[in-house]
Amino acid sequence: MHELAVTDSILQIAEKHAIQANAKKVTDIFLVIGNLSSIVDDSVVFYWEMISKGTVCEGSVIHFNRLPATMYCLVCDNTFEIPGELIPCPNCGSYQLKIQSGEEFFLESIEIER
Amino acid sequence: MATEKVQVVEKILDANDQVASQTQTLLTESGVFSINIMASPGAGKTSVILKTIEKLSGMMRIGVIEGDTAPVTIDADKVMAMGMPAVQINTGGQCHLDAMMIDRALKHLDYKNLDLIIVENVGNLICPAAFKIGTHANVVISSVPEGDDKPYKYTNIYRGIDVLLINKIDLLPYLDFRMDYFQQGVEILNPDSLVIAASG
Repeated sequence: MHELAVTDSILQIAEKHAIQANAKKVTDIFLVIGNLSSIVDDSVVFYWEMISKGTVCEGSVIHFNRLPATMYCLVCDNTFEIPGELIPCPNCGSYQLKIQSGEEFFLESIEIER
Repeated sequence: MATEKVQVVEKILDANDQVASQTQTLLTESGVFSINIMASPGAGKTSVILKTIEKLSGMMRIGVIEGDTAPVTIDADKVMAMGMPAVQINTGGQCHLDAMMIDRALKHLDYKNLDLIIVENVGNLICPAAFKIGTHANVVISSVPEGDDKPYKYTNIYRGIDVLLINKIDLLPYLDFRMDYFQQGVEILNPDSLVIAASG
């Protein structure tokens, strides 16, 4: 359960950008998270309500844009989405794979009131 | 009231990653190689560290940073009993070490006079994978009693590892552990990692 530490980082980044933009209030937080990142959305929301109290982010809503995890096959150039568990290349059966997407883990934007 | 969108595009763990990067530079410039040992509780992290010290103590100066969630010094005491410096980090219940903790721990370690720093992360297969701590190499210890499906279930920790140590292989005759299946799971995630079998 490292969601508290992660949620705290989200708050610090959001607060920093809200202050820079002279925001009176932050209404929405937009996150982009690849499916290979082990983060439980509900836990982040739970902690968010607790730790954002009394900050410029209090009452804001977190939105999760979840991106699929895709692998690239080094043998046959096939790109495929992994269905949740690791599988060899469905085209040629190779295990020589590279992660193409799914590791994204960033705060994309915030919505503010001035 | 009208709202306004502010573009951020900042990595969520950027602050941690920056400290990790500074730590790595500091250690590299000081001529210290550092490794981050990650594994589940009971996989044999401390035993492997103690054996490593035993084998290498005449050849190099080793320091150990021990991470535990509870306020104990059991592991650090074992290292110090072997004549090597150790710093114990108590995470206060937190499930992993982060870059700031290592930064603080290094202030209590005379790292400039060391050749190797071994960091024993908190026993956990999930959280330590998400936090860079500034070490040069990632080592995962996997013991055969844990089962052969772990690379498939804990993909994050089994990704981006430099060395995988399969431990307690003396127990293989008593367990239903499919080595091929296990190694395939590791290979999917790390085609280039070094795999060592041991019984520590």
